[in-house]
Amino acid sequence: MEDITELLSSAQGQIALAEDEAQLDAVRVAFLGKSGSLTGLLKSLGKADPAVRRERGQAVNQAKGELQQALNARREALAAAAMAQTLAAESVDVTMPGRQGSVGTVHPITRTLNRIIEVLARMGFEVADGPEIEDDFHNFEALNFPAHHPARAMHDTFYFSDGRLLRTHTSPVQIRAMQRMEPPIRVIAPGKVYRSDSDQTHSPMFHQVEGLLVGENVSMANLKGDLHSFANAFFERDLPIRFRPSYFPFTEPSAELDVLWDVGDGSEPRWLEVLGCGMVHPNVLKAGGVDPERYTGYAFGMGVERFAMLRYGIRDLRELFDNDIKLLNQFV
Amino acid sequence: MKFSLNWLKEFVEVRLDPEALAERLTMGGLEVDAVGPVGGAVSGVVVARIVDTQPHPDADKLKVCQVDCGQADPVTIVCGAPNARPGLVAPLATVGTKMPGGMEIKAAKLRGVASTGMLCSSSELGLADEADGLMELPADAVPGAALTDFLQLDDSCIEIDLTPNRGDCLSLKGIAQDVAALTGEPLKPIEINAIDDLCDDRREVVLDHPELCPRYLGRVVRGVNNRAETPLWMAEKLRRCGLRSIHPVVDVTNYVMLELGQPMHAFDANAIEGPISVRWARKDESLTLLDNTEVSLSEKMLVITDQDKPVAMAGLMGGLASAVTADTTDIFFEAAWFEPADIIGRARDLGVHSDAAHRFERGVDPLGQRAAMDRACALLIEIAGGQCGPITEAVREKEIPTHKPVGLKRERLDRLIGLSVADEAVMATFQSLGMGIEVSDDGWLVTPPARRFDIAEEVDLIEEVARVFGYDQLAEAIPGGDLPAVSIPEATVSLSRVAQVLNEAGVSEAITYSFRAPEELAMMGVDNALQLANPLSRELSAMRTSLLPGLLKALEHNQKRQQSRVALFETGRCFLPESDGNTRELDRIGVVAAGLRHPEQWLGDDAKLDFFDVKGWLQGLLGLSAGAGEFEFLPAEFSWLHPGQQAQISRDGQAIGWIGALHPNQVKKAGCRGVVVAFEVDLAAIVGGQVPKALPVSRYPSIRRDLNVVVDNRVRWREIQQIVEETVGNLLTSLVVFDEYTGQGIDVSQRSLSFGLVLQDQASTLTDETVDQVMKTVVTQLHDQLGAELRG
Repeated sequence: MEDITELLSSAQGQIALAEDEAQLDAVRVAFLGKSGSLTGLLKSLGKADPAVRRERGQAVNQAKGELQQALNARREALAAAAMAQTLAAESVDVTMPGRQGSVGTVHPITRTLNRIIEVLARMGFEVADGPEIEDDFHNFEALNFPAHHPARAMHDTFYFSDGRLLRTHTSPVQIRAMQRMEPPIRVIAPGKVYRSDSDQTHSPMFHQVEGLLVGENVSMANLKGDLHSFANAFFERDLPIRFRPSYFPFTEPSAELDVLWDVGDGSEPRWLEVLGCGMVHPNVLKAGGVDPERYTGYAFGMGVERFAMLRYGIRDLRELFDNDIKLLNQFV
Repeated sequence: MKFSLNWLKEFVEVRLDPEALAERLTMGGLEVDAVGPVGGAVSGVVVARIVDTQPHPDADKLKVCQVDCGQADPVTIVCGAPNARPGLVAPLATVGTKMPGGMEIKAAKLRGVASTGMLCSSSELGLADEADGLMELPADAVPGAALTDFLQLDDSCIEIDLTPNRGDCLSLKGIAQDVAALTGEPLKPIEINAIDDLCDDRREVVLDHPELCPRYLGRVVRGVNNRAETPLWMAEKLRRCGLRSIHPVVDVTNYVMLELGQPMHAFDANAIEGPISVRWARKDESLTLLDNTEVSLSEKMLVITDQDKPVAMAGLMGGLASAVTADTTDIFFEAAWFEPADIIGRARDLGVHSDAAHRFERGVDPLGQRAAMDRACALLIEIAGGQCGPITEAVREKEIPTHKPVGLKRERLDRLIGLSVADEAVMATFQSLGMGIEVSDDGWLVTPPARRFDIAEEVDLIEEVARVFGYDQLAEAIPGGDLPAVSIPEATVSLSRVAQVLNEAGVSEAITYSFRAPEELAMMGVDNALQLANPLSRELSAMRTSLLPGLLKALEHNQKRQQSRVALFETGRCFLPESDGNTRELDRIGVVAAGLRHPEQWLGDDAKLDFFDVKGWLQGLLGLSAGAGEFEFLPAEFSWLHPGQQAQISRDGQAIGWIGALHPNQVKKAGCRGVVVAFEVDLAAIVGGQVPKALPVSRYPSIRRDLNVVVDNRVRWREIQQIVEETVGNLLTSLVVFDEYTGQGIDVSQRSLSFGLVLQDQASTLTDETVDQVMKTVVTQLHDQLGAELRG
């Protein structure tokens, strides 16, 4: 029996020394192969004394089992070591930057416009559109601007030789909306408008969002409530606001909405005008085919650039139209 | 309109401090732009009299003055002003005074002589923009008195930014009326007495167009000493309202205009001949105005003439030849009323801006001419002497605008402002605004004063109530939810989605001007773009017919700023001229791209963006319409594009745009560099999609087969694709081209294309035999129709 124990321990010693799959297999063949030493012992059992055959047979089989187990264990250990080595070789510097494509942005004006539209759409306003080249009727006359009124001088208008013009405000869409729809009307009209003026605070092309609500019993209380609610929603805080009497030919009474704004340069917060509004003038309702005896309405018009500048701290209006990627990329 | 608060207080009781008054005015509709001190209120400055002057021993230009400043002994002041002389009364900044410029006055030795203060000019005190010597105070001013008290400098300047409907507030009298209404304080009566005639000089006045000038008052004042000094009180009031003192005649007319709102004009009576006419100019007449502009007059321009020639443009400006100078002794004053509409048209056409035109075009009180004439004559005689002739008044009463009572319904007032204001408050409001008011069945009848030109209808009255009551006092209704939900058209692809697709490809949005230089559009073969009649500049004069020029400009801007990758898109309107003279407005989307495909990074390559990158983005956009339309890329010959890398894009056979690499010449012309790829398509064509309709997903396995064929270079992939699609039919679930090869082993007139077909059946597992059969047919068709040969 000692020969079996000896053989087993010799095999275990060799298994422990095997450094790869091939060496391990050589050990397996040497002990368990067809002419392996342990196999030889098994073969020789037939010649053995039946009295010892049984006992010796058990011992050889047990040794065979142990050997097989040792081989498996070593094989797994070798595989694990090989895997560990491979993985170690594959390790990377995780602080190196990842593979990236470029990400584009929407223009800050569009971003602002979308925000304004989203807030107003949730308040039930539907989006309407109109042409950018207008006639005098829609841009002025129907909006209650008399032919030679000084109010026209406030609109530095771009004209074409045939008398058409680039709309100076989105208000013509009020007329178009009223002509197309029946009250109650609740529309907004975002878009480009044009005035022949260019400096740090004026661009010859800019964007407005017009709003119009016409119905029975629409009052200044609705105007104040809706626009206050809009301002809070847009700026995400309860800014102090005020409605200040003003003048537009197409609304009466007319107002400007001011917000108390902290410019952030250490100076006192100042009232900044953010939109013009008022109750739709009866003449304008008439021009839109709406009966001013039955219906009233309010209208407002806001400068999108103004909102963008306040919201995002943009200083020079004209910079918005340079489309400098360094500016655009800030609006991810 | 800028005014002095002290002056306003002559017309109305004011108890609010200047800031509170400014706030009230702003919230009452007269927006205050600025409120601040009047300037010159420097504490430590006193009235001083020069008693004696001696030359400075060591400086030619300096004088050593002994100055009485109200103390027991005179003080010594060294001064360099040319007008420093014994007897002169001037302001003295005593030691310790902080000057408006920030300098502090200290006792100092000037070239060895001790000086204990500084005699001041008006500009040094902030009382004038410039001065050429010490400020000369009246000889009877008491030395030692604080200058602030003496000149009543404890005053505020308030500047209001008037809306064009409030011409009535272009005077202190007018503002006072609003202040009374807004603060509830009483007006102070203004007393203007008629001036006696002391000479007989008069000029007849003839009104040829009473509908444009229904009232004209004229008056001669003889023997005026226009070299007299305008008194300090008047010069100071004018200064605080933003006007400079010139000479008594001009100062008086300006004073009356500011006070009462009536623009006046003074002619040199000796420079005009015979009677005055207010008539249309004749077409060959001309006139040089006070500001030296020469105007060629034409018919329908209202002018003031003497017996021979025009002497002033009515309501705008007087003529230079009859202008009053310091030497003028006899003057002819004009106080008239002109129709606003007539003035504004002309002031604009001629580009003439004057304080008079500014007021006449907004409307001047048609009843205020006589009072203004009397006021001006009284002031002028007081300052410069002279004798008045009788007033000549030419008037056509029925052409004088009058206001009819306007009805205001109680119910309407409440309904529009959303609040019920008490009857008494409504009545009091109109009364305080100087309006007549009567109670009617359902409200009131209100008669505005003649000087208000903005009250014609009920809503105008409602605004008066609302603004005097205070917009901040009106209620705020909670936004209502009484409208039905607005439906969102799902088949229309939103612009946000379009932007998102491009953003993900690394394309940023640009917004460029809708007007461009004509040559930018000419680059695209457009020579009939709509032109602005009054552009800001030639660069911004033609309405764009394409987004490309603006995008190229933005590309150039960024390339000049070292950007290694620029990819921009814009959605915006183009203006397409049509043959009938109309203009079609079309929303389009455009892209330009140049530079690196990927941002520079250690893992990537430095490949540049090319045609197929940009085409891929475009295909991404076309894919948004979810198969609602069929898009094709067709051969094209756009002159601004690379002849070998361009296509016209169509949707369902309709041309909707183009794509291509820019022609290298155009890249250069635009100031850009590298390969620039661009496209532009009609927005409507890519946002018109459909609501997705789900198809069942096949449960059976798919089989992929690859083909590698050699074709003539003229064969387009699209042709191969069409044949494969037709041949395989419904079994084809995808067709992907994965390689294109030219070079060794292939004739130069040919190229090799490798592509894979994925086949799948909805109803059963495909067998190899079926697939083999299909592939065999595909190969045969490609060979027969396109001459394609299997390779390898």
